[in-house]
Amino acid sequence: MSIFAKFEDIQKTLAGLSQTGQNPLDVRFDEIRSPVEGFVGGRRVLLFGTSNYLGLTFDADCIEAGVQMLRRSGTGTTGSRIANGTYAGHASLEQQLAQFYGKRSAMVFSTGYQANLGLISALAGRDDHLFIDADSHASIYDACRLSSAEIIRFRHNDADDLARRIGRLKDRPGCRIIVTEGIYSMLGDTAPLREIAAVKRETGSYLIVDEAHSMGVLGARGRGLCEAADVEADVDFVVGTFSKSLGAVGGFAVSDLEGFDILRVAARPYMFTASLPPSIVATVSAALTRIQRDGSLGARVRANGQRLYDGLKNAGFALGPQPNPVVAVKMPDRDTAVTFWKQLLDEGIYLNLALPPATPASMALLRSSVNALHTDEQIDCAIAAISRVGMRLGVINAAPAKQRAERAEKLALPAE
Amino acid sequence: MHPITGWGKLTQRQEAIRAQIIEVLGAMIPAGVPVSDKTRIARDLGLDSVAIMDFVMELEERFDILIPLDQIADVETIRDLSKAVEVLVRDAA
Repeated sequence: MSIFAKFEDIQKTLAGLSQTGQNPLDVRFDEIRSPVEGFVGGRRVLLFGTSNYLGLTFDADCIEAGVQMLRRSGTGTTGSRIANGTYAGHASLEQQLAQFYGKRSAMVFSTGYQANLGLISALAGRDDHLFIDADSHASIYDACRLSSAEIIRFRHNDADDLARRIGRLKDRPGCRIIVTEGIYSMLGDTAPLREIAAVKRETGSYLIVDEAHSMGVLGARGRGLCEAADVEADVDFVVGTFSKSLGAVGGFAVSDLEGFDILRVAARPYMFTASLPPSIVATVSAALTRIQRDGSLGARVRANGQRLYDGLKNAGFALGPQPNPVVAVKMPDRDTAVTFWKQLLDEGIYLNLALPPATPASMALLRSSVNALHTDEQIDCAIAAISRVGMRLGVINAAPAKQRAERAEKLALPAE
Repeated sequence: MHPITGWGKLTQRQEAIRAQIIEVLGAMIPAGVPVSDKTRIARDLGLDSVAIMDFVMELEERFDILIPLDQIADVETIRDLSKAVEVLVRDAA
């Protein structure tokens, strides 16, 4: 028997996906021209699925900072943070991050995935209890597997359920650690952080918030949902990534707790991997400086998210529960989702196909994300293309929801 | 012998728990799928990893217990699960 026989089911799924002529897991961008435009298979596509929320990947200052540092410090550090891989840039980026969040300390990791892996697995020891949202990102689940703590899931975005589950521990010893996210990457919904922070206070737990999709997007200063919900003082650890709003790669954790720096010699995914190349650190620092100086990018991406959300809702699509820069369109089934995704690519719109088990409630989703550089015309173009394919495949009716509502009102019928 | 996966006769209490487990499971799998002591929860019922965790969450509600994800790694069959839940119910009392 082949050593790969265990992947037979996945193999079958992949074969099914390829029937459309384009396996979504195998998309190759021949060229990326800007944060909103690329080429796939010789075709120009508008990018509506890159999580590049502030559109900083081609920012002139970030590129210049990176190029200069590349020439000055070379292509890589060839070492881990605890060996030869900490340069002045890594340390100053940590200071900049701590200052940005108004916290005492920051740690920079080589990816966002490793930031969760390192922080959570090191914090949660043998007698501790991790309470994670059921819809947590894979990096949080993998962190749990690496930790020796007890792992309990609570119902997605349900603070009462969280409180009930923590209550079941009664007086058992050990720290209670709650893990939640700012914006959830699949449906674009936000955590009820005020309620979760209240549970944290009442139960004496610690609270970790992953702001991967909300840093730079939410909050007046771009600090994420913790700032927008005004709970920053209750949040013990903020985790984030450099690979979305900051347009590069890497991850971080910040905290106000004394003693935080001990994690530098306890978090294995921090200790035993090469540190970020100095050129990347320089682009990240430049991007963070831009956010600190210019609050308009966050406002712009939020407005763009609202425009895409409203347009698709009016067209009659079933969407995630709230408008955010991540806009998820719910598909009736997996096969329709795959066909829809491929036809959109043919129409010149690239977005993400999200299938179970990566999605909540086994939903098939077309997951789009806007960035601050999308123009109104480009967003309207995406809405029109998604609507055309939606009508062709029978996902929405020919008459948009608004027209249907107006007609119903004219005929004095109850709303659908 | 492993306390959960070992082959002893189920006690009356474990059998009662098993009946409730099968009832909860019934709402999550297609009607008519046979479920017995030996049914392997992941392999035989076609539940993916998230569906299994959701099933565990429903059991937590039904029995008012916590079932840590890291502790169900040894659980393969309905029989294993019945024994594991019985221990957790006893410990929670």
